[in-house]
Amino acid sequence: MTKIKSLADLKAMKQSVQEKIDTRAKGKAEGLVQVKIAMATCGIAAGAKNVMDYMMSETEKRGMDVVFTQTGCMGYCHAEPTIEVTLPGKEPIVFGYVDLKKADEIIDKYIKDGELVEGIIPVNYEKINN
Amino acid sequence: MAKFKMHLLVCGGTGCNASRSQEIAANLKSSLKDNGLENEVQVILTGCFGFCEKGPIVKVMPDNTFYTEVKPEDAIEIIMEHVVKGRKVTRLLYTDPENKQHVADSKHMGFYKKQMRIALRNCGYIDPQNIEEYIGADGYTALAKCLGEMTPEQVINEIKLSGLRGRGGGGFPTGLKWEIASKNHADQKYVVCNADEGDPGAFMDRSILEGDPHTVLEAMAINGFAIGATKGLIYIRAEYPLAINRLLVAIDQAHEYGLLGENILGSGFNFDIELRYGAGAFVCGEETALIHSMEGQRGEPTFKPPFPAQSGYNKKPTNVNNVETYANIPIIITKGANWFNKIGTEKSKGTKVFALAGQINNVGLIEVPMGITLREIIFEIGGGIKGGREFKAVQTGGPSGGCLTNKHLDTPIDYDNLIAAGSMMGSGGMVVMDETSCMVAIAKFYLEFTVEESCGKCSPCRIGNKRLHEILEKITKGNGTMEDLDTLTNLGRVIKDTALCGLGQTSPNPVLSTIENFYDEYLEHIKDKKCRAGVCKSLMQYVIDQEQCVGCTACARNCPVNAISGEKKMPHFINTELCIKCGACIEKCKFNAISIC
Amino acid sequence: MEKINIIIDNKPLQVEKGQTVLKAARAAGIDIPTLCYYELDGVKLENRPGGCRMCVVEIEGRKNLAPACATEVAEGMVIHTCSLRVVNARRTVLELILSDHPADCLICPKSGKCELQDLAQRLGVREIPYQGEQSTYRKDMSPAIIRDVDKCVMCRRCETVCNVWQTVGALSAVNRGFQAVVAPAFEQDLAKSPCTMCGQCVMACPVGALSEVDLTRQVITAISDPKKTVVVQTAPAVRVALGEEFGMEPGSIVTGQMASALRRIGFDYIFDTDFAADLTIMEEGTELLTRIDKFTKGDKNVKLPILTSCCPGWVNFFETNYPDMLDVPSTAKSPQQMFGAVAKNYLANKLGIKREDMVVVSIMPCVAKKFESQREEFKENGNPDVDYSLTTRELAELIRQFNIDFKTLPVEDFDNPLGESTGAAVIFGATGGVIEAATRTAYELFTGKKLEKVDFTELRGLEGVREATVDFNGTPIKIGIAHGLSNARKLLDEVKKGNSGFHAIEVMACPGGCIGGAGQPFHHGNFDIIRKRQEAIYREDAGKPIRKSHENPYIQTLYKEWLGAPCGEISHHLLHTHYFDKSKHIEIEG
Repeated sequence: MTKIKSLADLKAMKQSVQEKIDTRAKGKAEGLVQVKIAMATCGIAAGAKNVMDYMMSETEKRGMDVVFTQTGCMGYCHAEPTIEVTLPGKEPIVFGYVDLKKADEIIDKYIKDGELVEGIIPVNYEKINN
Repeated sequence: MAKFKMHLLVCGGTGCNASRSQEIAANLKSSLKDNGLENEVQVILTGCFGFCEKGPIVKVMPDNTFYTEVKPEDAIEIIMEHVVKGRKVTRLLYTDPENKQHVADSKHMGFYKKQMRIALRNCGYIDPQNIEEYIGADGYTALAKCLGEMTPEQVINEIKLSGLRGRGGGGFPTGLKWEIASKNHADQKYVVCNADEGDPGAFMDRSILEGDPHTVLEAMAINGFAIGATKGLIYIRAEYPLAINRLLVAIDQAHEYGLLGENILGSGFNFDIELRYGAGAFVCGEETALIHSMEGQRGEPTFKPPFPAQSGYNKKPTNVNNVETYANIPIIITKGANWFNKIGTEKSKGTKVFALAGQINNVGLIEVPMGITLREIIFEIGGGIKGGREFKAVQTGGPSGGCLTNKHLDTPIDYDNLIAAGSMMGSGGMVVMDETSCMVAIAKFYLEFTVEESCGKCSPCRIGNKRLHEILEKITKGNGTMEDLDTLTNLGRVIKDTALCGLGQTSPNPVLSTIENFYDEYLEHIKDKKCRAGVCKSLMQYVIDQEQCVGCTACARNCPVNAISGEKKMPHFINTELCIKCGACIEKCKFNAISIC
Repeated sequence: MEKINIIIDNKPLQVEKGQTVLKAARAAGIDIPTLCYYELDGVKLENRPGGCRMCVVEIEGRKNLAPACATEVAEGMVIHTCSLRVVNARRTVLELILSDHPADCLICPKSGKCELQDLAQRLGVREIPYQGEQSTYRKDMSPAIIRDVDKCVMCRRCETVCNVWQTVGALSAVNRGFQAVVAPAFEQDLAKSPCTMCGQCVMACPVGALSEVDLTRQVITAISDPKKTVVVQTAPAVRVALGEEFGMEPGSIVTGQMASALRRIGFDYIFDTDFAADLTIMEEGTELLTRIDKFTKGDKNVKLPILTSCCPGWVNFFETNYPDMLDVPSTAKSPQQMFGAVAKNYLANKLGIKREDMVVVSIMPCVAKKFESQREEFKENGNPDVDYSLTTRELAELIRQFNIDFKTLPVEDFDNPLGESTGAAVIFGATGGVIEAATRTAYELFTGKKLEKVDFTELRGLEGVREATVDFNGTPIKIGIAHGLSNARKLLDEVKKGNSGFHAIEVMACPGGCIGGAGQPFHHGNFDIIRKRQEAIYREDAGKPIRKSHENPYIQTLYKEWLGAPCGEISHHLLHTHYFDKSKHIEIEG
């Protein structure tokens, strides 16, 4: 069974996915926090998997509503593992050198209180618009 | 939540640190405290902004004000004016070099346009294992456009018009390559993705495959449609298990969603993709060698012509493109050739992904428009040289490339300029070196790689590179002669001129370019028997400072070859004839009396 | 053919489109040096990996030098074959190759015939500026071939003949970079590989990396031993090639000088393998007729076609590759072995000497014969029917060692009773010859009629696979001929499918048959030499008073005195053999 049989199907799916992403982004009201974890070989080798597992279980334990996504290389090889945290209504912030301790700090301070912690990687590029 | 209303980000990168960012942060904090704002505004040190030329940097969030060349004494003004009164400190704002205007919001700074992620557009944004996220990011729209609205000729023309050139190293025009393959008629044609990334330190392709596998699949399908091929093969090295895994998941999903397989999007076009695993031989990145390897033959190149477009995999017309080349295709189709060909230089369009490595602060994967200068990459994106040391050279193009120096810092980077400078684009490795790198040793390092990875088919590469390496070895051992230098040059040129494949033809570049750009260093090794970087062990001598030595005998007792002599409580001596330069004495000396010169 | 205009070394030329620069230049009398390039144009075999880079030329408008052997001419191409740039590059490349090549020319088997040595002389190399490591490998020796691959220059010529011409696949490039070399898989011993010992790799090797096992010393020792009676036999193809070793024109027939030289060297009896070839025809021809007879009478156990079994490379090949078809080839021994069996039984008895005191030496155009002579089934109590099998080249060495001025030798005859032969035996040396000789005899035996026209030109030629149907007085006999084991494989695969319809197939492993054998003087890829030897073979046949094997009076005597009838009891024991499944003998260690 193929899901997309025509251009119209493709467009419809694109729209629904984008809507989903939009609601996620605009979901300020519900206070949805998004965390992306760079999971390329280099990130995983540096410990990204552990960090992701840890953060998922910790935020759940603490009853926080966080959406985790694995993604590809963000390019900051000097600072792996890297994660990007987007608080509702705010610019995404990239943190580097995230070990379990740093992850804890990010959860406790930034995700919970919006207090920045050290280890921010200033983003030095813009995403092109598709 | 959101305890802090404002954040002051102070660059804590080594470059800015050297220019007192710690002090700036401390001043900011104390000034906040003076104004009772310490619980509302947070000061935080960050990683390097990459913009070290204009450091130290202070960035104010959330309004994105970007202060450059901040001094510790400016801290009070920032707090009093910006934080307390809400007025930006104009004199500290970044000045646009083009129109001399102050830029208030860093989002409008040219600096952020230094990088442009086209091939990497989805890397770090979408979940590579979720086809819906790719579709949400406009994925497969290009394929749909090709199948629904374009003829194969139009697709090829679009790619030709875009000016895209092969990103694997050679820089052959992609559209032309497709056109040649499309014009050769056969019952079966193939589309091959070259994912045999073999340059030491290069991982552009792996990152794309791991971060955005669907873009490659989509591009291959477009390629298949354009040249009339229904089969695609991805030649990927077995050392990339994660990339393989993600590709397999992506292929499955694309099948499930009807974006690969039979009658794609109801267009009647069939396309399927299989993986072929390489065993990690560098030479198999050369397209004819790659094809032989896929056929189960010995992975070695054959003379072109015939080109793969005429007679490739299983003797059928085959189009081979590199991963990064493919990653550019879908967006060229969706945004149009005229969008793409405005980026870059006259003869090199678009962007290039580089793996930035070496003695640089921000080691990382970057994507920059063609025409950017090395200076911009190293000092504005890369954050400058580690530890504030002097820049010495940058190696581009891996074992096929060469070492560029200060005089090339402002050369716009594109295929042709790099070749003219004695290097090449290569697949995108970029290793930055400072004064601690010995250029003779660097040349030797790359030659070692080439000698190891040569397939052995042609004499110049098989024997010539071995001889180059031996001569470099001789020079780094302090046994070089001036004749050796002539031999290196002549031999290097002959290898370039006579080797069979592109890899062999470029293998002497590291030697030739270092002789060209660092002739003095070779001379020092040969005539003065000195290695200024202190890398070539044989040229170093261990010496005991007679003033410092107290005669504790620790060095003598630990010397494995009994090269140190001296009476107890009297200064010791090192017999340099016997010394093997192991360094054991230095380690044991508590009085810093032993040095290397 | 479409012609295009090019300029080579300022010489405007009109050349065929699609040709390589190398061929165009050579046709115009400009000889570009080559090393890895190897072509046997007569059998359309070409090795041009473009690897050695000796043939590089400068083509205007191209960034790099181009290999002339692999570059096609194009309209308007301007080529320089000896510009300073080319000369410097060529010399540098040669110096590189020499820097990884042992400089032991004085004692190298290829000395004087080495293409690398020639190049070094031609380019005037007096010293090698590159002092460095040389690649070294394990020495390896099979019963027929010595591999000394320290000398390998990676030209891949051996690999191409082994894989393309023979489809044997014993040799291929292994390892990478400086350690790259041509070797059996996993760098096993050649003897443990599927090697058929045809020796075409030796013939193709431009240097001394591959050579035949040299037995001249053993032969001299035997001759010097007064207790030994040393008998020599010479194969048909040797007489049309030996002269080349002494500067004579290819195609010179030197049968008489050869007999004369052998006598001067000190062999006790100078006999001819051709005699045994006639004997082979009697046995094999009879076997063929018997099979046809049984077959037409509906015997389902009988195998047709019959396959010839004279060629030891071919025998090794089917034992390894077609172990399920071991009952298809003729059981007749090869002429070399028939001769050995006759000499050590019939002749020794006749001369009243013990088997152990007779030494049989064979002079063969072949390398695989060395192995064949050492097969266990061809020994009696450990004593082989043929003690030493020498190549044509080794005989030439002997002649030189014995200070014999070959060119001025008088023409002498072979000794009797094993020295007389017919024209049918001579043509054994060329592809199609065995089957033509068999046809001459089988026709008369089958039809009972005299064959008026003995030349079956339809069976001659150089096509890799040939087919002809000969009319046996109303019965069409379908004959297949293959030279080169790749071609044999094609025919055999047809036979295996069971629909080939052939009655008899002749197979020779070497290009052109034994005249192109691996034991012959080196032709360095000049196929005209093989063509001239072929012409000479048929000339020798035409000049013979008797041209049908069964008319050889000494053969008739042999049957009368000793053997009785062809395929009879004694023949069965002494002149026929059986084959072994060798497919499992390919061992992979480690």
